[in-house]
Amino acid sequence: MNPSAALASILGPRRTLSRLLHDSRTRIALVVLLIVALSAVFAPLLAPYDPTVQLDIVRLPSQPPSFAHPLGTDPYSRDVLSRLLYGGRISLAVGLGAVLLAMSFGIAIGAVAGFIGGAVDAVLMRFVDAALSIPRLLVLILVASLWGSLGLVPLTLLMAGTGWFAVSRLVRAETLALREREFIVAARALGASPMRILVRHVLPNVAAPALVAAALGIANVILLEAGLSYLGIGVRPPTASWGAIIQDGAERVSDLWWLTLFPGLAILVTVFACNALGDALRDAFDPRQLPRGNDPTFAAEA
Amino acid sequence: MTAPARADAAPLLSVRDLTKHFPIKRGVFGRVDGAVRAVDGVTFDVAPGETLALVGESGCGKSTTGRAILRLIEPTSGSVRFDGQDVLALDASDLRKLRRRMQIVFQDPFSSLNPRMSIGAIVREGLTIHHLAEGSAADNRVRQLLEEVGLRPEYASRYPHEFSGGQRQRVGIARALSVEPTFIVCDEPVSALDVSVQAQVVNLLQDLQRDRGLAYLFIAHDLSVVEHIADRVAVMYLGHVVELAPVEKLYGEPIMPYTQALLSAVPAPEPGVKRERILLTGDVPSPANPPSGCVFHPRCQHPARDSACAKIVPPLEEKTPGHWAACIKQPPTSVSWDDQRAAGATNQPEFFLPRAALHRSA
Repeated sequence: MNPSAALASILGPRRTLSRLLHDSRTRIALVVLLIVALSAVFAPLLAPYDPTVQLDIVRLPSQPPSFAHPLGTDPYSRDVLSRLLYGGRISLAVGLGAVLLAMSFGIAIGAVAGFIGGAVDAVLMRFVDAALSIPRLLVLILVASLWGSLGLVPLTLLMAGTGWFAVSRLVRAETLALREREFIVAARALGASPMRILVRHVLPNVAAPALVAAALGIANVILLEAGLSYLGIGVRPPTASWGAIIQDGAERVSDLWWLTLFPGLAILVTVFACNALGDALRDAFDPRQLPRGNDPTFAAEA
Repeated sequence: MTAPARADAAPLLSVRDLTKHFPIKRGVFGRVDGAVRAVDGVTFDVAPGETLALVGESGCGKSTTGRAILRLIEPTSGSVRFDGQDVLALDASDLRKLRRRMQIVFQDPFSSLNPRMSIGAIVREGLTIHHLAEGSAADNRVRQLLEEVGLRPEYASRYPHEFSGGQRQRVGIARALSVEPTFIVCDEPVSALDVSVQAQVVNLLQDLQRDRGLAYLFIAHDLSVVEHIADRVAVMYLGHVVELAPVEKLYGEPIMPYTQALLSAVPAPEPGVKRERILLTGDVPSPANPPSGCVFHPRCQHPARDSACAKIVPPLEEKTPGHWAACIKQPPTSVSWDDQRAAGATNQPEFFLPRAALHRSA
């Protein structure tokens, strides 16, 4: 299957895509995410300073926004704009990477559990039940504090490892419902192998809710990463991340407001865009909004 | 017992004592607590090129019967032979090969097509699975099949939601035809359609049958549609076949009191004509706890009904040549009067045919 056919099988009716693109939420979200992504990718070109270098610890700590430092400096005399741009790389990389991994794992586990059923389903889902009963932040804090602070890759893996449970339940529920649908029974009646049914009939139909969950999941991971960094157990200093910048100004929020406001806004805007995209996706996939056949298609009936 | 079959042809499909019990599970550990007897000892044959209709109320087990024959549901017991092969004994790969020859068309034209596949891809799937055609040969075959069911070949790239119910049903038929079957289970194929569209789909099924020599098991609850399409009709009630006869005999002289009640409920086609109806009392009993003896006895309107009906399970027996029915109070019966009396009978069997049950004006 070529990529465009694969995309078509997930998005299904072309109208899903066009409805998605005509949704103003999608447009705004895509523009925002594009700006955030581009500024993260091109951070080395855009950033006026090195994000980890302490410029002048005597004369430049905790400076409010100015021409030289549009978003001010932190208590270590580092340029906040540069740190914000580089921090976006961490937030997006962790968000995208973790969600991609969590989705793949969650979809695979959920589809297998729902499709095979029986003891396999029971064991997998009891494990997921148990995992879901432990707060994610608690697990993250525990592991992170055992490790000291984390590198980018371990952090991403940790986020992914704790993020797939809900997706797998969602996908399992969808798979269970699909299994009873007549087009699956028809595929069996045609002699399709279980693998073919899973790949051709089940997965494209669970992709829609999974994609929605992914968009919302990215927002969640960005928030969690910020939270961990704020608690001082996120990425290893002096690496910049949005949460880490806020942490640097946390003890003096009232007078070093620029250390909270700007990364806070970055987080807010990105998370908001992800959530808006998720909502728009959910609406676009809703089959109740599919327009029924019109125009010449009725000709054969007459 | 000889099978209720058409005498003049070797059967394509023979179903014997087919039974499907769904276990009722209770509690965390899935303790089995009784069973829903959805299909309980169903026996019939289908001849090549024949249409056997399976009629009955919702929940009487007719769809389960159809799916158990195709092993889309694994039957609990009984036997199914298709063209000499023991269907229930086949392993997975032989079963997959047999699926080329037995297909199914579903009731719900909205749930039976994958919303994320184009019409062409749906029809093409059978060709791919059974390696019948590839590449442009498959494209041509798909176009041909769409034309054959009355759809424009250009529709191949469109998605199911762009079509009306009748058109979707045609796609479902094209999908079944793609693997060139000789037998199709039509599971209420027109029940979800408007009356005008029903006629078109029924006519399409009949044309295909004539051109390809297809045999149908036509599952339905609409007796007027069945009268139009069927050669023979089997009436099901609570998992049992209670009457089986050629269509003109069944509609002309229904024997089983349940069939009589069903036929009395068919609306008269002439305006202004008010038909008498046999009103059944009570509801259909639960198949998890069916009545003893004749499953229909609690609702039966036969004047000779008595306590023997609650004790003796009536055999499906040939009352007149080719006309099978299960009722110990409609003569002739193989259950002797002595046996009936031993079971508490007080009323001699006596032929009963109320005017309301006469569907065809003589």
